[in-house]
Amino acid sequence: MTQPSLGAPESGALSAGTMSGPQPANLGDILERVLDKGIVIAGDIRVNLLDIELLTIKLRLVIASLETASQVGINWWQADPWLSADAAQRSDRQELEEENRQLRNRVRALERGEHDGG
Amino acid sequence: MAAESRCVWLYGVTGDDPEAPAAGLAGVGGVPPRTISAAGLTAIVGDVADREYGEAALRRNLEDLDWLARTARAHHAVLEAVAERGPVVPMRLATLFASDAGVTGTLRERADDFRGSLSLIAARSEWGVKAYAAKPADPVADPGLPATGPGAAYLQRRRAQLTASKDARAEALASARAVYAELGRFAVASRLYPPQAPDLAGQPAPMVLNAAYLVADERAGEFSAAVADLTARHRFVQLALTGPWPAYSFVGAGDEPGPR
Repeated sequence: MTQPSLGAPESGALSAGTMSGPQPANLGDILERVLDKGIVIAGDIRVNLLDIELLTIKLRLVIASLETASQVGINWWQADPWLSADAAQRSDRQELEEENRQLRNRVRALERGEHDGG
Repeated sequence: MAAESRCVWLYGVTGDDPEAPAAGLAGVGGVPPRTISAAGLTAIVGDVADREYGEAALRRNLEDLDWLARTARAHHAVLEAVAERGPVVPMRLATLFASDAGVTGTLRERADDFRGSLSLIAARSEWGVKAYAAKPADPVADPGLPATGPGAAYLQRRRAQLTASKDARAEALASARAVYAELGRFAVASRLYPPQAPDLAGQPAPMVLNAAYLVADERAGEFSAAVADLTARHRFVQLALTGPWPAYSFVGAGDEPGPR
């Protein structure tokens, strides 16, 4: 098996349309495979990985699995305005409320200006 | 006997290949792997210390992220070396037996499952494809729009920013779906993983696609060319290719074949 050549890895900031690959396996890629995939066989020593509470919580902090993360409330992508329409609407609404507040202040300032001038 | 008590760590199962473990590998716990053969299959195993991998110790050590990272990397390195020689069915991390007899029994009992998995992944490899949303540039205010005052100009700019942000998000997600489907044409099977958290991925941009593909080795070049082509065509995402991986994502029970 050979590594295909896809050009030199990008260094520096991400930009649209570029690709930095194939990359060395990062820990997340390895963990999601060795913990979540692979054949499950009941060996003589039975430690259910999902029973290990701390491990599970720590991993869910880093490997955000859609179902499991929702169960423990770590569903970052649902709160990320980039990935969730709901969150985006919330975020937009917050921005609009802020904008509204700024405009009201501005109107008030202008009105005061007119009174002062007249 | 003064030797400390040990148990048997199972990495994976390959065909009849007693020479399978690559020489010079440290293995989990720094113990070089060896093989156990039965039923025309070869198990890749390591003799690890009970005091570190026994049930109580394991429970404790799995809570330690550094220990887990070290162990996961060692497990993966052995499987990767074996996969270079031929197909290997990877076991989930921490599949442990009290003695060789347990491993031999498992090889015999599940011989058909193992053989089925081995034939599915023979001459094929797993490739990972991730897509990150690329943030749009700040929109430039359109000078053609009639701006009657600073308030109106401000509103127009704000609206343009919101629209650009929303469009880019929608484009990134649409691109992710298109990329996933398009690459499926070059693969025997595919799986979707949940996106990784930015801290883990080491990228500040949100991940919008985390997929694995089982690709025939003879089509690996075509597959990576397709990734490069998609990269050029989709400007709202950045793609990253990883692999070849041992076929972790395509050996488990309940796997359904083919992309949807």
